[in-house]
Amino acid sequence: MTSPGDFGGRETWPLWEVFVRSSRGLSHLHAGSLHAPDETMALRNARDLYTRRAEGVSIWVVPASAITASDPDARGAFFESPQGKEFRHATYYTESDAVPHL
Amino acid sequence: MSHTANRTISTAITAERIAEAGAVAPEAVANYALALGDDALVLAQRLGEWIAHAPELEEDVALGNIALDQLGHARNFLTYAGSAWGKTEDDLAYCRGESEFRNRQLFEQPNGDFAVTIARQFIASVYFDSLYRKLATSADPTLAAIAAKAAKEVDYHLDHSVQWLLRLGLGTEVSRERMQRGLDTVWPFVGELFSADPHAEGLEGIAVDPRTLQEHFDSVAPRLIANAGLTMPNTPAARGGGREGHHSESMGLLLAEMQVLARAHPGAQW
Repeated sequence: MTSPGDFGGRETWPLWEVFVRSSRGLSHLHAGSLHAPDETMALRNARDLYTRRAEGVSIWVVPASAITASDPDARGAFFESPQGKEFRHATYYTESDAVPHL
Repeated sequence: MSHTANRTISTAITAERIAEAGAVAPEAVANYALALGDDALVLAQRLGEWIAHAPELEEDVALGNIALDQLGHARNFLTYAGSAWGKTEDDLAYCRGESEFRNRQLFEQPNGDFAVTIARQFIASVYFDSLYRKLATSADPTLAAIAAKAAKEVDYHLDHSVQWLLRLGLGTEVSRERMQRGLDTVWPFVGELFSADPHAEGLEGIAVDPRTLQEHFDSVAPRLIANAGLTMPNTPAARGGGREGHHSESMGLLLAEMQVLARAHPGAQW
């Protein structure tokens, strides 16, 4: 299986996935992708492309080829199992009057 | 990602804030600010020529960002300079002829290939880095504020050009050869950067004497060039004279392109 960052040996800059953490102290979120010759330049390109409007205080770059993705064609078997298992959402419990702020 | 999520009230100095504050530059300070503004403006115009022509889309954005930073510095300096003569930044940028521009000749040099542009940006960034850090302590508060803001941005410009200097110098045989040629091409204009600036004279404590920046350049540039596996050029110095309005042949074309719209449609807004 070829991954998104695999150019089959052609001389093209590899693809990198960019994750940016905003200053609100949340997790790093996927912001997009870019091309760069190596990880150092990928970080700089990410800074130019994804933090132009002060969106972040921290950036991760990951080679796209290092990401193993679920198979979109196997979506059914992979993601349908939770269907009908509403008990996994804790929505049907009765709230206790003695416990405030739930 | 929300554009407003982290928007803070920016207190960074801008051309608009300088105009609003209404500080009027003394004549001598205005002449000095105009010279520094021309350096940044002409370099911004050159870098802008890369838009849609850079080797990769990502590099288009990187060079475009640096160009916009330089344009910001130019707008600040020109706005402040114009306060002495009742002129706007646009009056100064668009309504002066070639011999009235005071930029050092390095900044008007054609882009050449990517390596020439990186060589020019590397030299410019080492120079600006030391200039603005020193100017940030100027006795003139507006000059000091403009320089303090610019110094932070130039820090990144220097990093960008050094990263490319290393990669091209230590890359393939072709990239090394072209990076060396790039340095050799722009090196004749290094000497002028560190020669006396007639507009800085008589402004002790306010302006920076560029001759005092040579030592920093000599302690930084040769080391980085050697780290990139390249050799120090020994091309002869150009005649200089940018501060007196003498420019090289490509300057006229640069100005024509930069000024044509504003001159064909005076007062146009876009």
